[in-house]
Amino acid sequence: MPALEDYKGGIPAWCPGCGNFNILNTFKEAVVELGMEPHQFTVVSGIGQAAKFPHYLKCNTFNGLHGRSLPVATGLKLANHEMTVVAVTGDGDCYGEGGNHLLHAIRRNIGVKLFVHDNQIYGLTKGQASPTSMEGIKTKNQPLGVFSEQLNPMTLAIALDCSFVARGFAGDAAHLKGLMKEAMKQEGFSLVDILQPCVTFNKINTFEWYRQRVYHLEPEYNPEDRVEAFRRSLEWGDRIPLGVLFRNNRPAYEKRISIIEDSPLVRHAFDISKVEAALKEFY
Amino acid sequence: MDYTIKIGGEAGQGIQTIGDTLGLVFARSGYHVFTHQDYESRVRGGHNVFQIRFSDHPVMASKDRVDIIVALDRESIVNYEKELTEYGQIIYDSMSLKKKHERQQFLDIPFVKLAVEHGGSKIMANTVAVGAVMGMIGMELEMLLAILKDTFKKKGEEVIRQNAAAAMAGHDYAVKQCIKCSFAAAPLAKPKMLIAGNDAIGLGAVASGCKFYSAYPMTPSTGIMNYIAGKETAYGIIVEQAEDEIAAINMALGASFAGVRAMTGTSGGGFALMVEGLSLAAMTETPVVIALAQRPGPATGLPTRTEQGELQFALHAAHGEFPRVIFAPGTPEQAFYLTNKAFDLAEKYQIPVIILTDQYLADSQWTYEGFDTGRLKYTDYRLRGDAFRNLSDYKRHAFTDDGVSPLAVPGDAKHVVVTDSDEHDEEGHIIEDAGTRVKMAEKRMSRKLPDIIKEIEPPHYYGDPEAEVVLAGWGSTFGVMKEAVGLLSSGRKTAMLHFSELYPLPATDRFDYLRILKAAKIGICIENNLTGQFARLFRAETGYEFTHQINRYDGRPFTLEYLTGEMDARIGRL
Repeated sequence: MPALEDYKGGIPAWCPGCGNFNILNTFKEAVVELGMEPHQFTVVSGIGQAAKFPHYLKCNTFNGLHGRSLPVATGLKLANHEMTVVAVTGDGDCYGEGGNHLLHAIRRNIGVKLFVHDNQIYGLTKGQASPTSMEGIKTKNQPLGVFSEQLNPMTLAIALDCSFVARGFAGDAAHLKGLMKEAMKQEGFSLVDILQPCVTFNKINTFEWYRQRVYHLEPEYNPEDRVEAFRRSLEWGDRIPLGVLFRNNRPAYEKRISIIEDSPLVRHAFDISKVEAALKEFY
Repeated sequence: MDYTIKIGGEAGQGIQTIGDTLGLVFARSGYHVFTHQDYESRVRGGHNVFQIRFSDHPVMASKDRVDIIVALDRESIVNYEKELTEYGQIIYDSMSLKKKHERQQFLDIPFVKLAVEHGGSKIMANTVAVGAVMGMIGMELEMLLAILKDTFKKKGEEVIRQNAAAAMAGHDYAVKQCIKCSFAAAPLAKPKMLIAGNDAIGLGAVASGCKFYSAYPMTPSTGIMNYIAGKETAYGIIVEQAEDEIAAINMALGASFAGVRAMTGTSGGGFALMVEGLSLAAMTETPVVIALAQRPGPATGLPTRTEQGELQFALHAAHGEFPRVIFAPGTPEQAFYLTNKAFDLAEKYQIPVIILTDQYLADSQWTYEGFDTGRLKYTDYRLRGDAFRNLSDYKRHAFTDDGVSPLAVPGDAKHVVVTDSDEHDEEGHIIEDAGTRVKMAEKRMSRKLPDIIKEIEPPHYYGDPEAEVVLAGWGSTFGVMKEAVGLLSSGRKTAMLHFSELYPLPATDRFDYLRILKAAKIGICIENNLTGQFARLFRAETGYEFTHQINRYDGRPFTLEYLTGEMDARIGRL
């Protein structure tokens, strides 16, 4: 069985007190509890503070380009669906630069687990508005305040019939761990949006701000009721729901591809002798 | 015997079907065939052309002079009547075109009426036309009937019978009515293979063990995706239509990282979106093959026409310094073997390899005796299974003498495989220090490059060994250059240099092409672009400046008459 020490990675370059530390430690605990070994999964990330995540772990890693973690993760999963593929991104990375990929990854229902460190601000580029910044918030680049409507990733994902839609909070590690484990077990695409205070650039959405607002979805909440899920996902402001907002049983994309039913693509041997048949078609 | 048939009509009228069928008939009859297409960016209407040249000797370019015109619209007559050869004939259906032509080069064949009377439906008018062309050139119908049987196998016996009757009606009508027809087909020979550039690349990918192809549809590259998608089940390949070209290349890189051979394809505009991903392939040393089928730009340009306008783009695309290989096949045969070599080099050196084609090559069909699978190379350079498991230690980007680090399949062993778009250490983790940066930059570029250059074959040289006039080019101009050399050699000593393994430029140690150019009085660079991009590259790399350049940039390919005419105009009759 794997232990926490097996996951020791580099020393994080995050600011002291950053919400990312909790997410990192929680993730390690989740994979240990799931009995996953470092070589059995790959973390794909893009660019941003969240994207440095896999360097502070031990696991297969593809740290690619800003916004592009989902297409890389999709290619990887299609080529080897026995590999657990986790995409770790931030609100700018995933909802801004990579927005189109998010739409289509959800539509495909590719079996990728997406964890978004959502701090409602750009950290790496030092404090600009992100797609999830609240309307009116002033930053160096938006001195008159943010005019655009705040993106609601939960509502968006439910509208697209995403197979697993959840929200966690970096300040509630035990709850977050449960969500991560459930997301990992889901067959299709999972989105876990993790509220993660940026202690340096976001002076509004602080740990305290979230603590006063977040609440756990009540036990009798039915995440399979899409209309109720949609309604509940709209909650933001005084009360912010945490938990699995929505889930369904859509088959994963890779499960629908007959040629990889028996074994992952990466295990298929190449037989050059079969090429003659393709050549004959040109006569 | 060397005949050209031009089929003109609106999109949706079936000129492609007529062209494909005739091409297949001629190839199966053992003739050498060259076809090319000229079409507008629309699904219905407009005016499109399918041109077929066939002969008993090798043909590899289109001609401007046409022997038979199959006119499915009035525009075909207005536009191409002047291209007819002395004994040329235009066949048309006066009832459909609502216009009658009395001049002797016109043959009015009631395609629709014959189709209804003999085939039972006007849908078979095109089959009547195919039969008529065969009647005009004095070919028997057996080969066509066999092809119709294959084509309509799924539609049942009745449809096959109706089409056969329609073909015979067209054939018999032409035999009886075409008094002016003086065409004579050569005796039949061994059937030949007929293949277009895009299919040759797709086939080359399948034959190289490509397992993953992700792309966004874009003319003229879409044919590659169509071909490979058709082979998904039989050859165990996943073809993913990505949401955009950015996703397409990133998916290919994800699949390649996971351990399979991966490829993407696009045209200039899509390649522009892939550029950042190209840089990612370089930094993470993830093998990938990219087909870049050029069309005239800038921006949307002429979407369905041809140009060689992206050589400098392919050379310089992407930020940062890294090695790349660019192939520019001149024929479907070269496209097939070079696609195989592209996969081999991409995997061996863990670099991006670009296959640069254009609409002309993508859609042109050539005939061959066959392709030799014995010439294909397949070496799995990846570290898998036990070989990976038995290592005591693994670093994805380990420093080695030749710069190539072991490329392992993640998940096959307890070792983790780590890579990063940031500058990284040997393990693949993000770093900032100057010393590691220098070593990594050298590992990726300087250490690999000398070995990569050794892999590049010399240019194709054809013609007089002591040529006074040397034509030089790259990519799809191969055929027209070669035929032009044949035509011009009776005058002055002429030869051609064709670069299909384009970049890095081949070294001169095995074949000193620079000496040949310098010894010639005239060195002409022939390019389907405005600015002479290869001539510029060549001068930058070798110091040699071509004495003349012939550039065509109207979106159309060089034809034989066009090229020789330009040469006459530039340097006097040869």
